Formats: sequence, C-alpha cells, structure tokens
Amino acid sequence: MAESHGGAKGPAAGAHTEADGGHHGGGFPPFESSTFASQLVSLAIFFVLLYVIVSKLALPKVGGAIEARQNKIEGDLTEAQKLKDQSEAALKAYESELASARTRAQAIGNESRDKANAQADAERKALEEQLAAKLAEAEKTIASTRAAAMSNVRGIAADAAGQIVQQLTGVVPDAASVNAAVDASLKG
Amino acid sequence: MKIDPIHQFNIEPLFTIGHIGNQTIAFTNSSLYMLVAVAIISLLMLASGTQLVPGRLQSVAEISYEFVASTIRSTAGSEGMKFFPLIFSLFMFICVSNLVGIIPYTFTISSHLIVTAGLALLVFFTVLIYGIAKNGVKFFKIFVPHGVPGYVLPLVMFIEVLSFFLRPVSHSIRLFANMLAGHIALKVFAGFVAMLGFSLGAIGWVGGVLPLALTVALYALEILVAFLQAYVFAILTCIYLNDAIHPGH
Repeated sequence: MAESHGGAKGPAAGAHTEADGGHHGGGFPPFESSTFASQLVSLAIFFVLLYVIVSKLALPKVGGAIEARQNKIEGDLTEAQKLKDQSEAALKAYESELASARTRAQAIGNESRDKANAQADAERKALEEQLAAKLAEAEKTIASTRAAAMSNVRGIAADAAGQIVQQLTGVVPDAASVNAAVDASLKG
Repeated sequence: MKIDPIHQFNIEPLFTIGHIGNQTIAFTNSSLYMLVAVAIISLLMLASGTQLVPGRLQSVAEISYEFVASTIRSTAGSEGMKFFPLIFSLFMFICVSNLVGIIPYTFTISSHLIVTAGLALLVFFTVLIYGIAKNGVKFFKIFVPHGVPGYVLPLVMFIEVLSFFLRPVSHSIRLFANMLAGHIALKVFAGFVAMLGFSLGAIGWVGGVLPLALTVALYALEILVAFLQAYVFAILTCIYLNDAIHPGH
C-alpha cells in the first residue's frame, strides 16, 4: 500500500490508490500509514500559516478593536463625568448668584422704602406745622374778633341799660354807675 | 445499497507536491480542508471590520477572541496570555474544521489520528520545552506532588511521569475518536434510512422515519461535539501550559 502510494505521481494514480483504500480489506483510512507524511506536511504548512496570520494580523486587529472600544467607553464616561461636574458647578453658581441677587433686591427694597417713609414723614410734618400755624393764626383772629365783639357788646349793653333806665325812671343815669352795673352783670 | 461508513475518511491525493525519502507528499483532500479552515478563520478575523459598534461578523470574531482569552486567563492565569496565538489557532482550527466537516460530503481533518497527534505533540513539546526553559530543574516538580508521604512517593512519581507522557496520547485520541465515532454513527443511521427505503419499498420508507429522527438528533449532537471537542482540546492545552508556567501547583 505504502509503495503503491509512494509511486503515485498524479491524479490518475491517486484515484487508483483511493479505490484501493475504499475496498481493500482492512484499509481503515485513519490508520493507513502511507498517508501520514502528506497529512503531517500539510498540517505543518497550514497550521504555521494559520499561526502567523493569527498572531501577526488577526489577534492584533481584533484585540485593537476591543481595546479601542474600551478606551472610547472609558473616555466617554470621564467626559460625561466632567460635563456633569461642570453643569453642577454652573447650577451652584447660578443658585449663589440668585441668592445674592435676592438679598441685594431686598436691601434695595428696604432702602427705598425707608427713604420713601422718611420723605413722607418729613412732608407730613411740614404740612402739619403749616396747618398748625394757620390754625393758631385763625384762633388768634377769632379771639381778637370775639374780644372786639365782646367790648362792643358791653358798650351796647351799657347804652341799652342807660336808655332803659331813662325810659323807666325819666332820669338819665350816671354813666359810671351804668358801666359798673353792666360789668357786674357780665361777670355774674 | 451498501453502507460504507468508512469511505468518508479516505485520503485522496489531489496532486503531488514532492517526495521526502520514498514517501510521496501529496496535496490531499485533507490539505484542501485545512486550507478551507485557514481561509475561513482568516476571513472571519480579518474581513470583519473594526467598528465601534460591531456588526455580526465582527461580533463573532470578537466573541471568539474574548472566549479564548477568558479561557486562558481562568486556567493558566495572565501569564498564559503568552500562548494566546497558539491556543487561539488550535481552538479555531479544530472548531472550524470540525464544523465544516459536519456538512455532508465534506471531509473532517480531525477524524485522522495523525493530525490530532500532530497537534497534541505540538502542545506536548511546547509545554516541555517552555517549562524547562523557564523553570529549569524546578519544572520537574510537577512530578512530585505536595504532601505525599515518602514511602509512596516513588509510586506517585512513577504514575505522574507516566501520565505526563501519556498526555499527548489521550489529548489526541479524545478528539480523533469523538470525531470518528460521531461521523460513523451519523453515516450508519443515515444509511439505514436509504437502505430500508430501497429494500422494503413503502413499508421501508415508513420504517425509515425512526432512523431519520435519530440522524437529525445525532446531527445536532455532532454540532455540539464539534464545538465541545475543540473547546476541550483548547482548555486541556491551557491546563498543560499552566504546568509549564507554574510548576509545583
């Protein structure tokens, strides 16, 4: 068997060998030693070829792709974290700005209210003083007018009393005693 | 109709490459399927893109990569990654050629003992040479297990040495026998269907349903076995290499 295969030089002879292997009694292909050398040589060639392809091209390429993806994911995660930190800082800045603006607004409001109050107070005081002065003047006028009126009343009363006494008695009374009597009745 | 379950394992020379001594070195159908396996693996690993979001082909390539890498890391540690190309080549070569071989009318490379023995011896000598080159005499500590009483040590050492040198035998025969037996069983059961039909007519065709169902079930099993045996071969390689990397464990 080994010799016939050893002498085989071409497809025709190969086919003959195959027919032999198929129907020759006891020809179990895996144990046919004549084919061992061929198989070992092709195994060596193709396995070395595969090893070279795998170690030089395939694994670096696929491993590189996996690593690139991992790096990309990690980079994206750190980028996202950075952006999150930034947005949190911005939020904090906004809140503090808002708080300070609120206090400032409150201060301004207080200040302007105080100012307005003070102004209103001053105006009211001035107005009140003015009114008080007018009132005092008016009271003074009233008092003088009443005094004048009262003195006129006394004169009229004295005259009227003198006339009444004259009418009743026919005697013209003494002016001094009439005045004294009027004064006494005014007092009474 | 004669069932010939052995015919599928025939080596058919396609053309002659040369001679070594009185041996003719031919490019055989086995060589052709080795070429096919190498071409499929190269196509899978190189033609798939390197996109950020992988497509189908790229996913398969990356899953293969991660699968073999995690197998090595879990069995031989991170130092075992030195042998990543070797183990990846072994796993993919066996897995792809087994899966191609399960297609009807194709040839299964690993159904020949000489091929599996060649691969097993490659692993054996890699372990031996790397182990001695890295650890020197300490490598032989793998033959002296810890905590064994002195009086049984010679016996244990004898068994350890024997098992070490029998590793390539079991390593190669496991793969070879699994593929061979599976393919023979498939062929026999599938042959029953045709044989019953051609010899018994209508009754035979009805009776052929049972072996047909068995053939379908066996076929599914063989797909599993094709992958599993490649995985077993690769993981045993990792375990053997672990001895070379960390002797005395």
